[in-house]
Amino acid sequence: MSDLPTSARAVVIGAGIVGNSISYHLSELGWRDLVLLDKGPFPNPGGSTGHASNFIFPVDHSKEMTALTLDSMRQYQDLDVFTESGGIEVARTEQRMQELHRRMSSAHAWGIDRVSMVTPAEIKQMVPFIDETILLGGFSSPGVGVVDSLRAGTIMRERAVAAGALTISANTEVLGVDVERGRVRRVRTTRGDIETEVVVVACGVWSPAIAQMAGALIPLTPAVHQMIDIGPVPRFASSTRHIEYPIVRDMDTFMYERQDGIGLEIGSYAHRPILHDPEEIPSIEQAALSPTELPFTQADFDKQMEDALELMPEIVGDESVGVKYAINGLLSLTPDGMPLLGETHEVRGLWSCAAVWVKEGPGIAKAVAEWMTHGESEIDLHSSDIARFWDHQKTRAHVRARTSEGFNKTYGIIHPSEQWASNRDVRLPPFHARQRELDAVFFEAAGWERPHWYESNAPLLEEYADRINQREAEWDARWWSPIINAEHLAMRDRAGMVDLSAFTIFDVAGPGALEAVQGVAVRQMDVPVGRVVYTPVLTPGGGFKADLTIMRLDDELFRVVTGGAHGPADRKWFADRLPQDGSAQIADLTSAWTTLGLWGPRARDILGSVTRDDVSHEGFRFGSCRTIEIDTLRVLASRISYVGDLGWELYVPIEQGQKLWDVIAEAGRPHGLAPVGIGVYGTTGRLEKCYRAYGFELESEYNVCEAGMAGPKVKDEDFVGKQAHLRHRDEQPAAIMCTLTVDDHTSASGVKRYMLGREPIQTRDGQPLTDSRGRRSYVTSAGAGPSVGKHLLMAYLPPEQAQVGAELAVEYLNERYPVTVAVAGSTPIFDPDNERIRS
Amino acid sequence: MTLVYVEHQDGRPDDASLQAIALVREITGGAPLHALLAGPGAEDAAAGLGAHGVATAHIAEHEALASHAPVALARCIGELIERLSPAAVAAAGSERGNEVLAHAAALGDLPLAANCVAAEAGDPLTVTRIRWGGSLLEDARLHGPVKLLTVAPHTVEAAEVGAGPATLERFTPSLADADLVVRVVETVEQSSEGGVNLADARFVVSCGRGAGSPEGFAPAEELAALLGGAVGCSRAVTIAGWRSHTDQVGQTGTKIAPEVYLACGISGATQHMAGCKGAKRIIAVNVDPEAPIIANADYAVIGDLHEVIPAITAELRKAGAG
Amino acid sequence: MNILVCAKRVPMTGGTIVLTEDEQSIQTRHLGFTISPHEECGVEEAVRLIEANGGESVVLALGPSEAEEQLRDAMALGVDRAILLETADEVDGQATAAAIVAAIEAERAAGVEFDLIFFGNESADSGNYQVGIRVAHALGRPCVTGVKGITVQDGRARCEQETASGRDVYDVPLPAVITVKEGLNLPRYPSVPGRLRAKRKPLAASAPERRDAGVEKLRLRLPPGQGKQAEILGHGPEAAPAVVEVLRRAGLVT
Repeated sequence: MSDLPTSARAVVIGAGIVGNSISYHLSELGWRDLVLLDKGPFPNPGGSTGHASNFIFPVDHSKEMTALTLDSMRQYQDLDVFTESGGIEVARTEQRMQELHRRMSSAHAWGIDRVSMVTPAEIKQMVPFIDETILLGGFSSPGVGVVDSLRAGTIMRERAVAAGALTISANTEVLGVDVERGRVRRVRTTRGDIETEVVVVACGVWSPAIAQMAGALIPLTPAVHQMIDIGPVPRFASSTRHIEYPIVRDMDTFMYERQDGIGLEIGSYAHRPILHDPEEIPSIEQAALSPTELPFTQADFDKQMEDALELMPEIVGDESVGVKYAINGLLSLTPDGMPLLGETHEVRGLWSCAAVWVKEGPGIAKAVAEWMTHGESEIDLHSSDIARFWDHQKTRAHVRARTSEGFNKTYGIIHPSEQWASNRDVRLPPFHARQRELDAVFFEAAGWERPHWYESNAPLLEEYADRINQREAEWDARWWSPIINAEHLAMRDRAGMVDLSAFTIFDVAGPGALEAVQGVAVRQMDVPVGRVVYTPVLTPGGGFKADLTIMRLDDELFRVVTGGAHGPADRKWFADRLPQDGSAQIADLTSAWTTLGLWGPRARDILGSVTRDDVSHEGFRFGSCRTIEIDTLRVLASRISYVGDLGWELYVPIEQGQKLWDVIAEAGRPHGLAPVGIGVYGTTGRLEKCYRAYGFELESEYNVCEAGMAGPKVKDEDFVGKQAHLRHRDEQPAAIMCTLTVDDHTSASGVKRYMLGREPIQTRDGQPLTDSRGRRSYVTSAGAGPSVGKHLLMAYLPPEQAQVGAELAVEYLNERYPVTVAVAGSTPIFDPDNERIRS
Repeated sequence: MTLVYVEHQDGRPDDASLQAIALVREITGGAPLHALLAGPGAEDAAAGLGAHGVATAHIAEHEALASHAPVALARCIGELIERLSPAAVAAAGSERGNEVLAHAAALGDLPLAANCVAAEAGDPLTVTRIRWGGSLLEDARLHGPVKLLTVAPHTVEAAEVGAGPATLERFTPSLADADLVVRVVETVEQSSEGGVNLADARFVVSCGRGAGSPEGFAPAEELAALLGGAVGCSRAVTIAGWRSHTDQVGQTGTKIAPEVYLACGISGATQHMAGCKGAKRIIAVNVDPEAPIIANADYAVIGDLHEVIPAITAELRKAGAG
Repeated sequence: MNILVCAKRVPMTGGTIVLTEDEQSIQTRHLGFTISPHEECGVEEAVRLIEANGGESVVLALGPSEAEEQLRDAMALGVDRAILLETADEVDGQATAAAIVAAIEAERAAGVEFDLIFFGNESADSGNYQVGIRVAHALGRPCVTGVKGITVQDGRARCEQETASGRDVYDVPLPAVITVKEGLNLPRYPSVPGRLRAKRKPLAASAPERRDAGVEKLRLRLPPGQGKQAEILGHGPEAAPAVVEVLRRAGLVT
């Protein structure tokens, strides 16, 4: 064991699968003088890796998670620690059967074709000790396997050491992480101090405690996952391999059963959520087994034993098979179930690589190492970026509330639009009281309560009865209302007002402000004061980091407006790239300003009736902004639109928001103004206009040219991703963003079905579409286009298919529906000449 | 006065009984200390007790006491309590000492403090006793008209105080048939073919779960054979069914006292440490330098037992041992 | 044949014992609990004897309400029913025995006579070495202690004790009390059906009368001299010569 160096390029804390793996990947990317610490011994320091069940099911509805898992599997295979066993997710209920069909489609969307639906009889053949009579079917994934995660970590650690890049130190406890001027300076340990500017927190359930030492918040909670091992199983006595039968996930009981040598391991996510505090985890000395293997609480597992007995009576019911091992294993849970990756907001140089499970560990470690090295990773990590959390979402109480609610969803059937029930009503816009009066149905975004539609608009259903489809299938209609389409049509016909309080708003100000925004935005930012610029923001590799609008309010003052969910990440992206000399500063005004959108053919009439300022087409051009007086309010009005209609975003100090709402609502009454929810703003309005959305169409894995958003020319000034962007402009795009319409919604059983997004696009005969960069075509966004009378899908298609009129198919819940390419590129399907917004 | 029940063998008092005498002497003050002995060789054993401060040695004479009969022995104590009204009655905290005193306590409905390591005169008597096989101490007050206690072996030094020989007083206890229902009716000598007895071995090498399998003990067997020692194991190993319980070192297994105890892949749970406290030197072999056993060992080798044990064997062979 | 087995709930300690602030007990926040090891063998023996001879097995624990967990554990292994004598605090050997005797008398009043009553030779935690013996005397039954082998035949129990030189054998008539030691048998693991059956088996809880402690616990403390740090002889196989040197100094190698 080497002596601890006194300084290091980076210190990785935690030697589980994540810490070992990230040490290795950093060394592969050329990092030297790395130190890997753990307070426990090698190779098993006592964290969650040591008791992990170590199996991997690759298919997830999340594209990001699936990509990370697949990459991890490749790495495990390369390390020769992967044993393919196959796996079957079984269904006991019809709802679960539909969910398994959905998994088939997700598998196809993410490029996993070695999957199939299997009948109970086929399940019985593969898993002879199962009682197939209680099953309706299963989703078979032959690529499922088991890994030796401790071995994998050891190999990777040893490789990094052998490369001369890494010093390792077991039994070294971190006592403190010193921060100076917002940046990591050193790590203090029981074996001495290490000066460093980069620290990676890869300590699993202990991560919040370590981050806290530096004053940063990593919002996860240690939670119990119960598992038992029973044996010896007579049927397994002659097994020559550790696992010879497919792993079974009994999805409806939230359990899994897998062979483990001569034993059968039974794990559960069905019990009550049992959460711990990171500070409460026992020390290695205090723990009877290991700090993350806590005493088993039998009562919580009684029901699960009955369920296991029902599924596998031959083994579980065998009186000679004993419960040999039973633990309450600790694992990490986060408020939204995704990992916590990236540099923390609070402390520069302090990277979180936490809440990562064995199945995705090496892939995540590789991606984070790339991010640390290049500023981006090959796999887009935006759903795992720790910056997705606002401060209130990092509180202990919020984390506990959401993880308690989320724990039993581990094997749950989660609707893509599913809303959380716990800890709601945290961020309330000034319009909230009015919205309640209007029976708004609230969805949550970045902690904000946003009306998704207004029940008070139900009378519009009658008005537009002939243009609105009901959705026949409960799944398609869940978290949805036809009122959304009615609101949409009312806006298109007259006007709608939209609560946009969830916008993230920050100012970039100072002598260096122009330089600051210019260096980040793709579009020219040196525009006259009073102009609004919608611009992509790129990663160094030319992929999408964000899309947002920037108002030039003064020579040295730019106001950036972006979405709520990705706002903190976008703000950090700007903040990290401010001029070194301090000549520009960022001020977050999200909680200072509220925004009300007003759009529709009557928008000018309505606004004109409450302001003396010139809001004529000529007097207030599209793409401009300025302060106007509305009633007794001074309002920053910005004439842009994300729904493709004439109108403005109206910004007022937050405490004056309700007054603005009342004034506009009153003025709009004679014009038939309707309050309109995010269902219109975020889906139907933009889809008809083929407007892209970050996190859906726009990801770092796609570039501006593919998205059809390249401007006529590239500005002279440098900006992040410019070189790559110039290269992309010279290339033939590998895929082109298209809008497709569904030709026939009728399923095999005669029910009209409506895609919700993330489904694979295929040829009419079911062949997958893969572009020259190996990316599958899938639906990035789906929704109604009420004005065009079609269900619309957006998808990147290879150039051969990206032709208007091309006949393709979409796979939804494992059935194919015919679709046709309506638009290739960014021409809107509704109002293609953009006459409305420019009227 | 005070009374100590003295166990003996081959005409010599057991060390543990002499240790009990040493502790009781502390609380006897100036009063006389009496001893009770029974069974074959009792008189010979009593001969040397005077040196340990015993004034009077009572020899219980009864043919039924030829073999161990705990209730009968408790009756003897009861008789002496009746007759002498001792302030305290003690015995060694051995299996039999504890057993006999518990019977005496039950017969007299008296409190009993088992396995004391210290006592402070007074009424109630203040004692310190061990729990968890010695991993924990309890300070307690012992009440009752007669204080019954046993003394944990090897926690108090036996010492000769240079007094003259003890007076021998023979008596025949009155024993009923019922007092003789529980007695040893047969003794089976263990053949020593099975190798060295774990409890007596001068060298013990133990492995824990880290051995990996029953076969994983082969290198330990080889090393033990080379040094004329015995192989032990942790409780985890016996529970797994890899080795017989007779090989288990620990609080609920065998208590060992070798010259060197080589503990390999054993974390050092209190259960185990209670069984190897008597070892003169403990060498821990463990991959984890923070394993609790290292804080309780004299020497440590940081490494995998599968590599370290064969290396020790090889080194011994090189040195010409065995 | 009816058998009562008394079993104590004790924490599963790891490498270090931590005391509560009031020094009255072990800090068990992070610890699991188990049946004290000797009594585990008592439970197993009771189950085996009933399997072989028929009759009823009953498990009894004196302890906190949480001791239900250990009673269910015993029932999962095959014991038929359970008696919980609920006490909030630790009680001494005399009081424990008195409470158990009262419970046995109550069983007798209800028509249940136990042919065998098993105890552990001593509990893992308090190690009082006396409860079984006291109960035996109160009931007027013989008691063999430290037993590692039992054969029941013709109304008698042949019991074997391990000694330094071999085995001592006792032969007592039933009904009898036997205190057992680990090694008597290798206890089975509970099966899942056993676990599920245990949930539904009867458990009768009652609170025994309180009585003053004859051995009055004042406080617990850790023995001195803990945490000496071993001299590191080396890492891996390279340490072998240093180990041999220690063996030589100990006189094991010439």
